[in-house]
Amino acid sequence: MSARDDIFANIRRSLGVNGSETIRRQIVEDRLERAPKGVIPKRGQVSGEERLALFKTMVETSLATVTEVSSPAEVPQAIALFLRNHNLPATLRMGEDLRLKAMPWSDTSLEITYGPSEGRDLNAVSHAFGGIAESGTLALVSGPENPSTLNFLPDNHIIVVSAKDIASDYESVWNRVRFAYGKGSMPRTVNWITGPSRSGDIEQTLLLGAHGPRRLHVVVVCD
Amino acid sequence: MSPPPNSKPRVGLFVTCLVDLMRPSVGFAAVKLLEDAGCIVEAPVQTCCGQPAYNSGDRGTTRDLAMRLIDTFHGFDYVVAPSGSCAGMIKAHYPELFEEDPNWRAKADALAAKTFELTSFLVDVLGVTSVEATFDGAVTYHDSCSGLRELGLKSQPRRLLASVEGLTLVEMNDSDVCCGFGGTFAVKYSDISGAIVDAKAKNIEAAQAPTLLAGDLGCLMNMAGKLSRDGKPVQVRHVAEVLAGMTEEPPIGAARAEASSKGRS
Amino acid sequence: MTVHSTSPQFKQNAARALKDGQLQKALGNVKQGFIDKRRMAADKLPEFESLRDSARDIKNHTLEHLDLYLEAYEEKVQASGGHVHFARDAQEARDIILAICREAGAKTVTKGKSMISEEIEINRHLEANGIRPVETDLGEYIIQLRGELPSHIIAPAVHLNATQVEQDFRRVHTHLDAKRDLSEPVQLLTEARAVLRERFLAADVGITGANFLVAETGTSIIVTNEGNGDLTQILPKTHIVLASIEKIVPTLEDASQLLRVLARSATGQEISVYTTFSTGPRRSADADGPENYHVVLIDNGRSSMLGTSFEEMLRCIRCGACMNHCPVYHAVGGHAYGWVYPGPMGAVLTPSLIGVDQAGHLPNASTFCGRCESVCPVRIPLPKLMRHWREREFERHLTPATVRSGLRFWGFFAKRPALYRLATRAAMATLGFMGRQRGRFTWLPLAKGWTKYRDFPAPQGETFQARWQRERKGRAA
Ligand code: SF4
Repeated sequence: MSARDDIFANIRRSLGVNGSETIRRQIVEDRLERAPKGVIPKRGQVSGEERLALFKTMVETSLATVTEVSSPAEVPQAIALFLRNHNLPATLRMGEDLRLKAMPWSDTSLEITYGPSEGRDLNAVSHAFGGIAESGTLALVSGPENPSTLNFLPDNHIIVVSAKDIASDYESVWNRVRFAYGKGSMPRTVNWITGPSRSGDIEQTLLLGAHGPRRLHVVVVCD
Repeated sequence: MSPPPNSKPRVGLFVTCLVDLMRPSVGFAAVKLLEDAGCIVEAPVQTCCGQPAYNSGDRGTTRDLAMRLIDTFHGFDYVVAPSGSCAGMIKAHYPELFEEDPNWRAKADALAAKTFELTSFLVDVLGVTSVEATFDGAVTYHDSCSGLRELGLKSQPRRLLASVEGLTLVEMNDSDVCCGFGGTFAVKYSDISGAIVDAKAKNIEAAQAPTLLAGDLGCLMNMAGKLSRDGKPVQVRHVAEVLAGMTEEPPIGAARAEASSKGRS
Repeated sequence: MTVHSTSPQFKQNAARALKDGQLQKALGNVKQGFIDKRRMAADKLPEFESLRDSARDIKNHTLEHLDLYLEAYEEKVQASGGHVHFARDAQEARDIILAICREAGAKTVTKGKSMISEEIEINRHLEANGIRPVETDLGEYIIQLRGELPSHIIAPAVHLNATQVEQDFRRVHTHLDAKRDLSEPVQLLTEARAVLRERFLAADVGITGANFLVAETGTSIIVTNEGNGDLTQILPKTHIVLASIEKIVPTLEDASQLLRVLARSATGQEISVYTTFSTGPRRSADADGPENYHVVLIDNGRSSMLGTSFEEMLRCIRCGACMNHCPVYHAVGGHAYGWVYPGPMGAVLTPSLIGVDQAGHLPNASTFCGRCESVCPVRIPLPKLMRHWREREFERHLTPATVRSGLRFWGFFAKRPALYRLATRAAMATLGFMGRQRGRFTWLPLAKGWTKYRDFPAPQGETFQARWQRERKGRAA
């Protein structure tokens, strides 16, 4: 017997089933189909300004920084300001995201490069798929628009998120993912990011910038 | 099975083996508290709830002892024990012992439903809010594990202690952390048990109360033994003794002669 | 399979740990940090307790239907272009991983933190076959340099202090300036980051564990704070996910429920910094990500735990809360347990995986204080399961002879109340008389373990039952 068959046989023997019981199959299919939500914390169940305020507070709790701009056109200036304030070089890498590309980068003196990171970039910007107010989390999806390497290799990561994409809870983001990619399908990677990289492994002291970005800056576009 | 209204509840006192053997004064303190609260108290001939066997993996002996105890106490309105650990054994674990025996399971369930730890019985069942007792000075209170986590004992002893005249309660750090007793654990893994009770003793000492109270004699003997070994002058008593105002007996681990000259309030 | 474990020497390990001043100091960090942070996180979320119920129910439901969810998962991974391999035991898992690494022509393999990879001792196997495994979680990296096992499932190097780490870095990072300053933890972190960054970029294969596997989508989930797991899986050409079969959950919603309790229980964070959902290899238009995606599903004893009382242990999500709250773990640390999984969860799981004859001490070395169960996010009744092991040991006569005969002796009297009263009356009278002077014993035969560390309070003399009989005879109803 193959390892696979052996393992399944052993599981079924232990559970006292044969695997072809219609009721069990139905229960499983039904759960996969319906994806019941379970307990959703009330905290995130607010809307409008309140949700945005919660999101920003939670982002800051996660030791990231956040600014708000009123249109996509203001994003380049906001990022340039962030880099200047931290004495960082005026360079920025991004993917092929059309929302980012359409922004007026020439208003700034930022030197822009495109494509995934090979580990030598100091600063990168990504556009989030959405935000989650409950925990101040950014949800990013992989693809040529926003390569995953940009989320982890640069020292400073800037994430742009549209205020209308900030959801109350994780479950709302999954609904949008299903809508965008089809039920049961996923992009290669979904990254939930909540704050900059950190480690407590040396004497349980919290230190930022373990392997991923030392700084995470979030720009919320409220248009 | 609840008592007919207006009649005094008949309480079977499960005195527990440690109290029976080591410190009967705790049992008599319990009797006084229960009688003051309007109960008729009886102490039928009894041995042990079986916990030592249970925790050593000997289910057979445990079941034998449990059946005996169920028979002994089934006729009472309530069963009360001056110990969270032994009451927890009956309340939380007896039913589990007879999972495959519906007949005994029903009896175990019935006994579990009417069994209580002393302070919980007084407060939660009888609605007692104060006791007639005085005690001079500060005490600190250790929450024994089974009572705390199996029976939810935390506020009940404190509530009653608050009514004792002259007594102030000083909370120690980590009052809800195990003292390292654990029954046979204290002997089988004495090095580890010794380290755990060492940490506990430091917290007790730091609270700077001259008296330590708790609701389980096993834990009390462990902590008293450690404090006396380290030469710490903390007096150790079961909470029932203080609540009943029966503190004539020397504290746990204290000498008789010494106690009669200065151990009394 | 030979397992490298010192669990049979638990007592000696513990005794050594108790005398290790440096370790004792490090363990203080566990006692302080984790407990307060978890409590604060739990208090901040009113739904925390109902989320724990939800988490328990999801795991129970999945285990009851594990065969079907595994099938669904496998199908989805394949549909997304990944490969699923099944391994009955550690040896099979090692062989599969080695074969994938060879096919990838791997020289260097980076690794995210994974307890199952410790369980199957994959590093040893790769090294023996000329492949260099590099642990990338900072804590795991440190203990790999030292050739140790993790001492904690989420904080592998919690037993060490910064000076020890500095010494290890100086010993191993010989290409760096010997006079460099490493006196601050942040300097150690920066050095590790730089050294490991090169390894990440050079690796041919990345191996991660999985916190959860999602049947609905064929997704593997990893949770980290450092981001090392992500660099491990997106940079090399091949990503291997190692997971034991019970990591499955039905849907993304179910995973989200569990994620809500995981970080709060583990580190007291609302959620970890990086939660990553990976499904298959890179897509045709993708600019980065692995070209090959393999999942190795390992049984190694799990399927036999189903349907037994130990099935509940398979709910474990490896948060570490039980050990963070365990007085025994606080006293002796993780290495004393002698194998991969320490603390209360190890005391239950280890006997299942390496045999109770090997790990028999672990479920016995507990006071049953119940604090672990009170914080376990999936409500595993850990003390009850430890007691089940004690019962198995008793049935199989693995309980030490002295304990057995002691129990027999005590049981004989306890079952005979009249005899019991007579015997105890005499014994207590004697003990009470002997202890009267000092109120305590500093030494007692048969109780050396007790009197080594504390006095034994003397009994009052007369038993309760004797006095009750004497005083109440006329009054009793
Ligand atoms: S047993 Fe519970 S508390 Fe311990 S690691 Fe597993 S999930 Fe966490």
